[in-house]
Amino acid sequence: MIAVFDAIGRVGSAVIAGVSRIGYATRFLFAILRHSGPSFMRPRLVIREVYQAGVLSLIIVCMSGLFVGMVLALQGYETLSRYGASESMGVLVAMALVRELGPVVAGLLFASRAGSAMTAEIGLMKTTEQLAAMEVMAVDPIARVVAPRFWGGVISLPLLAVLFSTLGVFGGFLVAVKLIGVDSGAFWSQMQASVDWRYGVMNGVIKSVVFGIAVSLIAVFEGYDADPTAEGVSAATTRTVVTSALAILALDFVLTVFMFRGEIN
Amino acid sequence: MNKKIIDLWVGVFVLIGLAGLAFLALKVGNLLSTNEERNGYEIEARFDNIGALKPRAPVKAAGVVVGRVESIRLDGKTYEAIARLHIFPQYQFSADTIAAVFTSGLLGEQFVGLEGGGDSVMLKDEDRVKKTQSAVQIEKLISQFLFSKAAESPTPTLTPTPAPASAAIPGIAPAPAIGVKP
Amino acid sequence: MPDTIIAMSLVAEFPPSALSPNACENLVELKDVSFGYTRARKILSGVTLAVPKGKLVAVMGGSGCGKTTILRLLCGQHRASSGEVLVGGQSVATMDREQMFAHRRKLGMLFQFGALFTDLSVFDNVAFPMREHTQLPQDIIHDLVLMKLNAVGLRGAARLKPSELSGGMARRVALARTIALDPQLALYDEPFAGLDPISLSVVGQLIRKLNDALNMTSILVTHDVVESMKIVDYIYFISEGRVVAHGDVPSIKASTDPFVRQFVDGQSDGPVRFHYPAKTLAEDFA
Repeated sequence: MIAVFDAIGRVGSAVIAGVSRIGYATRFLFAILRHSGPSFMRPRLVIREVYQAGVLSLIIVCMSGLFVGMVLALQGYETLSRYGASESMGVLVAMALVRELGPVVAGLLFASRAGSAMTAEIGLMKTTEQLAAMEVMAVDPIARVVAPRFWGGVISLPLLAVLFSTLGVFGGFLVAVKLIGVDSGAFWSQMQASVDWRYGVMNGVIKSVVFGIAVSLIAVFEGYDADPTAEGVSAATTRTVVTSALAILALDFVLTVFMFRGEIN
Repeated sequence: MNKKIIDLWVGVFVLIGLAGLAFLALKVGNLLSTNEERNGYEIEARFDNIGALKPRAPVKAAGVVVGRVESIRLDGKTYEAIARLHIFPQYQFSADTIAAVFTSGLLGEQFVGLEGGGDSVMLKDEDRVKKTQSAVQIEKLISQFLFSKAAESPTPTLTPTPAPASAAIPGIAPAPAIGVKP
Repeated sequence: MPDTIIAMSLVAEFPPSALSPNACENLVELKDVSFGYTRARKILSGVTLAVPKGKLVAVMGGSGCGKTTILRLLCGQHRASSGEVLVGGQSVATMDREQMFAHRRKLGMLFQFGALFTDLSVFDNVAFPMREHTQLPQDIIHDLVLMKLNAVGLRGAARLKPSELSGGMARRVALARTIALDPQLALYDEPFAGLDPISLSVVGQLIRKLNDALNMTSILVTHDVVESMKIVDYIYFISEGRVVAHGDVPSIKASTDPFVRQFVDGQSDGPVRFHYPAKTLAEDFA
């Protein structure tokens, strides 16, 4: 009996801890926004983070995009050729990439490549008292360290997602047109006829902006909140990747419901 | 790492990102065609039934895309579906044009087909298409076919012969059972 | 910009202690200060100490006795649960954001392991406080940084990254960063931790020289008795959150206080017990 009450109590306190953590993260987001002045007054701070988060993720994101596009085309061919519609491969590849896979997979890659690095870097700065040193020098670490990294991530992810989709469409083109022999004109024209730039492309970009905000916030928050020990930083890094992945997938569902509601009805 | 090199790389990154966005919008999407879509004029067509027609479905004349379905709603009094059709500016249609809901292929998407008439007066912005023809409902077709079969033979069979079935394929030839609404 | 330079040279010629009417007033005062992260466990209980202007004062005690906490109270990272922490006559606990900002600009702190910014070069580390807090043009910052680095003997290492430095060099760079804005008050948290004997005496000598040359007041938190005895003016001993003894170096050397003797002579048992509180041997091995 006591064990049951114990279990209920544990669940309850875990829920309370989770909710207050969300509250803390929200407060942290507002603190970042409030202290974003220096990031925009001194763009070099942000440029450096765009390099760290964006440019250094470029190769992995582009390669993944290429392969995902190629696989989509191959798998699509299986099904579409059965209905004699292999010209629609362009549509399939482009729709899947632009609306879903581009933002989502690029977001997941970004979380594990750049997000984890952000968490580890900020966590290590905390562990080695660099953040405290800054504070004592009357420099706000949120303004100087956290906000530039946050904005660097928010700027980088949409660009990475767009490049992922672009390389993916190119990969699909390679497989469909060069390998399988679909007519190149049909591939492009069918794609253009069905992918609406507002509903498809822009919604994909909006998704990636939202994911960029979510992943960057989680990464800097986990780093800033990490226990200042080696285990603390490694646990925070793991949490960044796991929480980011869940957040991306959950947000993707919510956004898809809102954006493409018109087409489901 | 030198600051200049970082600047250079970030610049390259941003530029190819924007180039990718341009590629998606222009080559993959239909941004180029939206200018003519934004101009043009809107006409209204009332259907008894629009089937599975959706907003942004194409409007075709003789198989050429001449516009898009802008919006669909129901008239609460007459229980008709009102589809607003956005027609590209370079196309003009006579006032006695017939609008019909067709299906491209057996399983394909539905679209609105316009069939020009001989009237010298042309449709203008906010005009209404007078003659429309509803979407073919496959359930109605099958039941009509079965009833006619049952009326023909004293021993009704549930296996339809292929010839009448192919004649009833929607979109290829509108079934005669569905009348043109004046 | 030139105004700042003139102001700085004025400070060098007429140190604040020489200008002020009361030359030996206390820059830092702690009056009956208590502090604890939780109500139950007090880290400091009723600490009273004073640091006169221009002096170098050591706060000594075993690990975890609350020495570092005193520094954190002084730079406003923590607030005392009771008592008053005064710096320059102003209570740190009652400062608002602006005052805290101004207070911290007059303060230099050397963290336990240097806390150099690992993503910046040695030069940029020392330039960091100047770039954040002054509008000085780049060439003047360049000269100032090289002067500071020259003072700690590392002008040649300006282009290196902190990861390329030895422990002693990193500590000296951190020292240069601490004094970058010519603070009134310098706080040193375990500046000798983990240094070899040569680096240790180099850092010790630098702390003394910089204190006198820049007319700073310095507080040195350490458990290194031998090295600090060589350089400081006055010593406070802290144990279990209380000041247990204090005095200038000769009087400490001559002291017969059992705690001071245990600490200075490095005896393993004494007022500070060797054994963690436990049941008696007979009970535990029964």
